[in-house]
Formats: sequence, C-alpha cells, structure tokens
Amino acid sequence: MPEKYHIKTKPVPPRRPRIGKHGVVDWREDCARCHNCVKKACVYDRYRQEADYIRSMGEVEALFFDCMGCFSCVQDCTKGLLRLSINPEYERLGNRYWKPDIIKTTWLQAETAKIPVSGAGYRGPFSGHGFDAMWTDMSEIVRPTRDGIHGREYISTSVDIGRKLPFLTQNGNQLPPLVSLPMPLIIDLSSPAHTLPQVDPIVEHAAAATGIIALMDARYRPAKAEHLTNIAFYLSPDSPAVPDELLRKTRLVEIADGPAVAERIQALKRIHPEIVVAIRVELTNAGIGRAIELAGLPDVETIHVVADANGDELNASQPRFLKEMLRQIHTALIEKGGRDEITLMAGGGIALPEHMAKAIICGADLVTINLPLLIALECHLCASCKPGTTCPAKLENIDFSFGVGRMTNLIAAWHDQLIELMGAMGMREARRLRGDVGRAMFFEQLEEETFGKLYGTRTKP
Amino acid sequence: MAPERSLEQLLPEKTLKTRVPQEHVERLVRPAPSRYRNEIAKYLVHRGPECKRCGKCGEVCAHEVHVHLPGYKYYGEPRHHLCIGPSCENTDRYCVAQCPNGALQVRENPMYSVLGDCRWSSDLILATWKMAETGDVPPAAYDYNYETGNSGGGFDKLRFKFPKEPPVKLDASEIDTTVLLNKRGDGRPKIKIDVPWYGGGMSFGSVSNVTQLSKARAAVAFNTFTCTGEGGYMERMRPYDDHVITQVATGLFGVREETIQRVPIVEFKYAQGAKPGLGGHLLGDKNTIAVSRMREAVLGISLFSPFPFHSVYSIEDHMKHIDWIKHVNRRALISTKVSTPTDVDMVAVGSYSAGTHIVHIDGGYGGTGAAPDIAKKNIAMPIEYAIGKVHQFLAAEGVRDKVTLIASGGIRSAYDVAKAIALGADGVVIGTSEMVALGCVRCSRCESGRGCPRGIATTDPELAAKMEIDWGTQRLINMYSAWRKVLVGILQRLGVPSVAELRGRTDLMMHLDYTNS
Ligand code: SF4
Ligand code: SF4
Ligand code: SF4
Repeated sequence: MPEKYHIKTKPVPPRRPRIGKHGVVDWREDCARCHNCVKKACVYDRYRQEADYIRSMGEVEALFFDCMGCFSCVQDCTKGLLRLSINPEYERLGNRYWKPDIIKTTWLQAETAKIPVSGAGYRGPFSGHGFDAMWTDMSEIVRPTRDGIHGREYISTSVDIGRKLPFLTQNGNQLPPLVSLPMPLIIDLSSPAHTLPQVDPIVEHAAAATGIIALMDARYRPAKAEHLTNIAFYLSPDSPAVPDELLRKTRLVEIADGPAVAERIQALKRIHPEIVVAIRVELTNAGIGRAIELAGLPDVETIHVVADANGDELNASQPRFLKEMLRQIHTALIEKGGRDEITLMAGGGIALPEHMAKAIICGADLVTINLPLLIALECHLCASCKPGTTCPAKLENIDFSFGVGRMTNLIAAWHDQLIELMGAMGMREARRLRGDVGRAMFFEQLEEETFGKLYGTRTKP
Repeated sequence: MAPERSLEQLLPEKTLKTRVPQEHVERLVRPAPSRYRNEIAKYLVHRGPECKRCGKCGEVCAHEVHVHLPGYKYYGEPRHHLCIGPSCENTDRYCVAQCPNGALQVRENPMYSVLGDCRWSSDLILATWKMAETGDVPPAAYDYNYETGNSGGGFDKLRFKFPKEPPVKLDASEIDTTVLLNKRGDGRPKIKIDVPWYGGGMSFGSVSNVTQLSKARAAVAFNTFTCTGEGGYMERMRPYDDHVITQVATGLFGVREETIQRVPIVEFKYAQGAKPGLGGHLLGDKNTIAVSRMREAVLGISLFSPFPFHSVYSIEDHMKHIDWIKHVNRRALISTKVSTPTDVDMVAVGSYSAGTHIVHIDGGYGGTGAAPDIAKKNIAMPIEYAIGKVHQFLAAEGVRDKVTLIASGGIRSAYDVAKAIALGADGVVIGTSEMVALGCVRCSRCESGRGCPRGIATTDPELAAKMEIDWGTQRLINMYSAWRKVLVGILQRLGVPSVAELRGRTDLMMHLDYTNS
C-alpha cells in the first residue's frame, strides 16, 4: 500500500476559559442548602469544575461556564432558584457571517482534531445565505471504497496547481510545472484587519506540518530553510524583491494582477523555470471578468480569486456571494474552452470544512483560508488587534507549539470532514469534485421544482 | 390474489413454540405530569413582599397557579407553567389586577428563549410536553404555536387553506386515520395501522430499555409499530412482537433468523437522513456490557456500521436481500429505508420493483443519536422536497398504489404529519417528537460520555433510572392521542374524510413565500 496522507495530531487544550453557550444564573439568597443539591448531580460536573476553577485562579472570573444546557439542575432545584441563560460573551463572538457557532466549532476542532459529532437532528434553519443554500448529494449504493469508514484512506484529496496540457504527451520535458498538494487548501495572507506578526512563524510551521502551502508577504523569511517548499511569496507591486536563491527553493509564487502580468510571469520563470505563478484577482464586478480574461492568456496558469472575508463581492452595493461568482467564472471558462488547463483557487468566506467542498463543487480547484486558523488560536474575531487595544484571547502571549498544534489540528479535522462528505457522495478524488454541480443540490432549484411548480412565483429572494 | 393465512400457517413451528403471550396496552389517556419538579414555564409569576395572604389570587386564577397549602403560613412557589401570561388581563380573572395589595407581577420567562432551536421552537417543545402530560391539545389560552417551528422553510412555510366552512360536515368519529401498509396484493398480511405514523428505529444502545419499551407499549395501544433500530432485539420486547419492526442495517448487528421470524415487518436500513452515506455510529462509551452482548461486539469500542451493505451493488442485489428475508419470514412485510439523494425517486421505484412493501424516505434533517455535525447540516435534501418527488415518480411509473410511501426526518407535530401526507406520503415515521414527549430538551448531548443527561438516550443505569416505563408509556399514549385529535380536526376543517384521501392534496395547501396564484 502506498503511503497515505496523514496529519499527526494531539489534543491541544485551550489556554483561556471555555466560553460556553449557556450559563446558569443562581439566585443564591433563597437557597435551602439541600443536602442533595442538584448541582452535585450535574452529569457534566460543571459546578464542581467551576468552583475548582475559581479557586485555582484566586479570583472570581465570572462566565466561566461551559454548561451543556440540559436544564436538569434548573428543573430539579427544590426552590426553583436556577435559571439558564445564553452567555452574552458567547453571543458577542464573531460577526454576522462568522457566527458564534462557527467560532465555537473551530475552537473545538483546533483542540481535538476530531470531527464534531453530536446527538439529535440538525438544529439550524432550513436553508440560509451563501453556502447554506446548497446541500451535497449522497449515493445510496455507489461507494468510493467498499468499507464505509474503514478504507477511507483510499479517497484522495490531492489537487495540482498549475497549467495542465489539453493533450497527452510522451515527452516529459514538455510538461509545465505542477505543484501537488495533499488537500485542496492553501493558507492565505493574513487579513489586514487582523495583523499579528507573531502568527506568521506559526503559520509557516503549520503549513509544513500538514504539507500544504502558506502565502506569505514578500518580506517574510522562514525560520527553517526547508520550509520554503511550504511557502509561497506574495509579490505586490510595492513589495521588495525576493532574493532569487530564496525564490528558487519555493514551488509557488503569487503576484498581484496588473497590466504586465505576462511579462512578470516570464521574468519569474526565467529565475526559476519550475515555479508555478498564481495571479491574485480581487472579486469585484470587474474582477470576475478579469479572471475570465486572464484564463485565456497563454502565460497564465493559476488564478487566485478572493472575495471579502465574508465571501462577498468587493465594492458592490448588492454583493454577490462567492458561490455565485465561482459558478459564473467556472461556467464562462468551460464555455470558452480550456477550463481544465488552468487552476482556480478561491478565497474569502471559507469558514467551515463544508465550504471547502462546496466551493470546489461550484468550480474552484482548491480554496484558501486565513481567519479559521486565527480562530484556532482562540481569536474571537473581535477585530480589535491594533496597538493599544486588548485582545480577549491574549494572542500576544501565544505559545509557539500551542499555535502550531491548534492550526495543525484544525487542518486535520477539515481534511477528515472533506473525506466524510466525499465518502457520502461516492467520490474518490477531490480533483473530480471540481465543478461537479451534479453532486450538489441548490436551494433555488429544489424550491422551484417542488414548490414553484405548485404555488406560483417565489416572492422571497 | 392469494388468501391471507393465519399465524399458525405462516410461522415456522419453532418460532411459534417460542412465542411469548402478547401484552395488551389500553389506549387510555391519564395525566402524566413532568418528572421534574419545576416545569419550564413561558411566563413567570412574581409575588412580592406586599402579599397579605388574603387568598384572592387563589380564588380568581382559572389555572390553579397560586397554591396555599393548608397548614402553611406562606404561599408556595407559584406554578408558573400553568400561567397563561399577560393576556390574562383580557379576562376578569387576572390575579395581577385583582390583588388588593398589588403584590403580583406576571412577565415572560427570560429562560424561555434559551429553550429550543429553529426546528424545535420553545413553543413546540412546551406544547408537546403539555400534550404528553394531558393527552389533549394545549388550551388556546396558552397560545402555543405547535403548528410550525422557526426554520424558515419547508413545513414551516406551508399552511393549509382552511375554508371558512368545511365543504362537507364530518363527525370526528367518521374520520378514518388508518393506513394500509401492504398495497402489493401479494398474499402477505394486509397490515393496517390506526394512525398514520409509527415509531422510528432507535437501537438499544442509543436509547435506554425504558425508552424502547415505552415506545413499544404506546405502539401496541395505538395499533401501530415501533422499530428496534440496528442494535438487535431485546428479549424484553417480545411481549410486543406483533408491533415491532426489526431492522437489518449495514452493520448487521444482532440480526438473527429467529428475531427476523418474530416480527410482522422487517426494515432494511440503507441510510439515515441525519448521516446519509455514513453508516450508524455508536460511540465507545455507550457500548456497555449489555449492548456489546446483544450486538455480539467487543465491549467499549466504538461501533461504526459500514456504508452501504457490502452485499448490495445494484437493485438486483437489493432484490436478493428482500427475497432472503421474505423466505426466512413468510409473513413479513418489507420496508426499505433510504435517505434523500437527488435520485431518491429512482431509488424508490427500484426498491418497489425489488419487492419492497414500504419505501421509507428519511430526510436530511432527521434525528439521530450521534452524527457528524457536517453531515446533519449538509448532506442530502430535506424531506419536504423528497416526498413530492418520489410520490410523483411512483405515480408516473404506474406503481403509486402498489407501494406505501413513508416519510421521516423532521416530523414534529400532527401538522407536519398532515403536510407530509398532503405532499404525497401515505404516512410518517416519528422519533424526536417521542423523545421530546419523554422530556428531551434537544440539548444534542445524546452521544457523549454517559449519554443523555435526562435519561432518555442513554444506557447508563443511573441515568436511565430517571424514567419509569409506565410514565413513559403514558406520555407517549397521551401525545399520540393529542396528535390524533389535531389530525382529525385538520381533516374535519378540510372536509376530507380520511388520511388516505388527503394523500397528495397539495391543492389544499399554500406556501407563504410564493404568490399562490
Ligand atoms: S443545565 Fe445541565 S449541564 Fe448545565 S449545569 Fe445544569 S445539570 Fe449541568
Ligand atoms: S391576592 Fe395578593 S395579597 Fe392576596 S394572597 Fe394573592 S398575592 Fe397575596
Ligand atoms: S441528550 Fe438532550 S437531545 Fe439527546 S435525547 Fe437527551 S435531552 Fe434529548
């Protein structure tokens, strides 16, 4: 059996008190001091843990309470003194797109490296914005492997970045360079709203530990020379030049879009013929057209389209979502011909592992992320990481191995969940998932086929 | 058509000999109050120190909220959950207005919003609890919305178009809520259930003995079914054999010839809506001594069922499986449980042609004892889309009246039952709503550690001891009674005399997000 892609993980517990969804409010003053207080019966032993924690900290830090919300103590208290409430700190996590449950599940995966499993059916809305308005398909009989969860290592999540030839050749020297990644994921530049220089070395090591690639500012210098294969420099018009000998050790480089991209690519190839060059295109209205246009140029091999952090079109009053923009670009490229020859990377709004699979179904070859890795470090996405403000997650004191461990765990959990979805779909290869909308169901389409036929025109967007 | 034959003719001698006497359970509504001291209330009643204990509030309140026990000096804690809230103001029995000392206040319970989620709103949970307690529809004064949840789509956006006056006046006693499960006319028993639902598969291992038995006993009372799930057949279920469906699932845990022969229906579980394409999960903690013995597996290890059946690659293979069971048990009806991929309609027709009596489709938002979150949310379509698709395709293939279509995965109330049937199902399977009747709060912790903290979905002896069989049975009988009442009410208002005639009547509904023109 050939060696399989496997990420080594180990649990990395949080440094900060857990922020649970529920808290119990206790009106202590009427307490009857029952011998068999319901607090002792908590199945999760939350009250004792809380008491221990408070004692150990030597301070009363409120809101340490990771209650599971089972209502047992509340309903059994002799005097009915206990009340459950939603933890306000939990509700403050994230923002309108990066909802508290996304933050919480990311924390959990970064801690355990495991696929989150829970009981009871889905609790969320019927469908929703963006990626929530599509479902992945499953197959009742077709399997990628015949062994259910065993044998899943035969599902390949590898993808290639670079230009692919439209024909078969026997002359290996003619092949354009390709970068192979074990999973369809690249770590994007850190978001400008969350600039934390101390995070970069952690990202470098996490990329190396998981065998993927991280995009880095042109000024960044890796801690270890062998990590250069897991780094791709981003060259913006105003970045300083990266020394040729460093560039020659990398596999991928990204450049900003501009009028002279072809010359830029040729220049880079002269320095390092084996390098793959990606062009970063911002997903504005013009950017969509530009991505399609670039794909037709002979020198272009990889395009990296980026929406804003919430997956929205940039500078638009009624922004389209990444999913729609990707489908538009992908379809246009198919119509023009040559879709298979170039690689499309997509970023912005990829917040959960299902978004990775869904973006690929919508036409990307692979996705890029940055915020989920920051959240892995216990970031709340409060966006106050500027000098002079205090980070609630105290990211400035981050321990190096903690950071690498958490990011590695998160990437491993994402990989496992991609396999979970692909397994259910009966897909054996991530490369073949790309653009396969037949392996997905879209809300608009199902609505039209089901209710549109019966009840007229849909009045809600 | 072959004539029906008696049990003696059908069962192998060995099975007949080992058959235990079947227990009868009375379909009787009796009060079954919450097993917890403090029922969660929608409103809170506050009695301030101004109270002079004059007794006025106890006299005026129509809902027995205020209790003053003889021999006690002070009033006890108000029974908040019985209070109908500030709307009581519109009656002449509002204690707040009538208290001469201004000692009382009524307000919404802030904890109310903590309970529930989009699919199971707090109203729906409390209304289900009330039904399980009283066996009746919650009084209108409580103003619970038990018709829909807040998911914003599917059932929650569909409404019946009730005419002002029903087109035909029907007496409740004339309404037929039975469903015929064998439409093939193949000489196998023509099993009819009294209500258009039966209990879904929950294995011993995922839920406790008490939960399983309570479900079985309620099924007996309503002449319907419960399902063993994939974990094997508990000996204690045998007095209810005639109302049990046993599952042959991909893990084949606990499947034996004798257990197949005991029951009137055998279900092939290809997939489950909550985790389509992934196979069952029983995490190691829940694989206790008793569970491992029944499943014939090693104690304490996680049991993952494979996906799919290793022996089924095609409809022909599926037919071979069905033939095998039909041969082992010559009276059994076959049910095929699948989830809802794009081609669910083809799967249904294929399964019919392989010889199934019941096609059971389980939608993506269905219940589970443990499933990856990513699967629950993302894989396969919600049941609301699948029902019509399958119903129409079966009709187009000319076999709609030869097979029973059962839908599940998000049926929370009698309204959902009616909507599913109007979309094209013959009946439904329920699961979560039974758990809620038994006191589930949808905390989603069924899978972890010792299992359900409320003693429902657990095999931990200490936790399971929180519930008794008689109480559990009664709660379910009560909920079934209330549901049947609501369902009959819907049919009366629509002037439709039977559940069978409601099937596929999409014209009786509208969708709030459409023009409906
Ligand atoms: S609600 Fe449940 S989990 Fe939370 S503290 Fe009370 S008993 Fe423990
Ligand atoms: S009516 Fe007012 S004063 Fe009288 S017992 Fe009730 S709360 Fe107390
Ligand atoms: S663990 Fe929670 S969701 Fe699961 S059955 Fe028990 S109460 Fe319900």
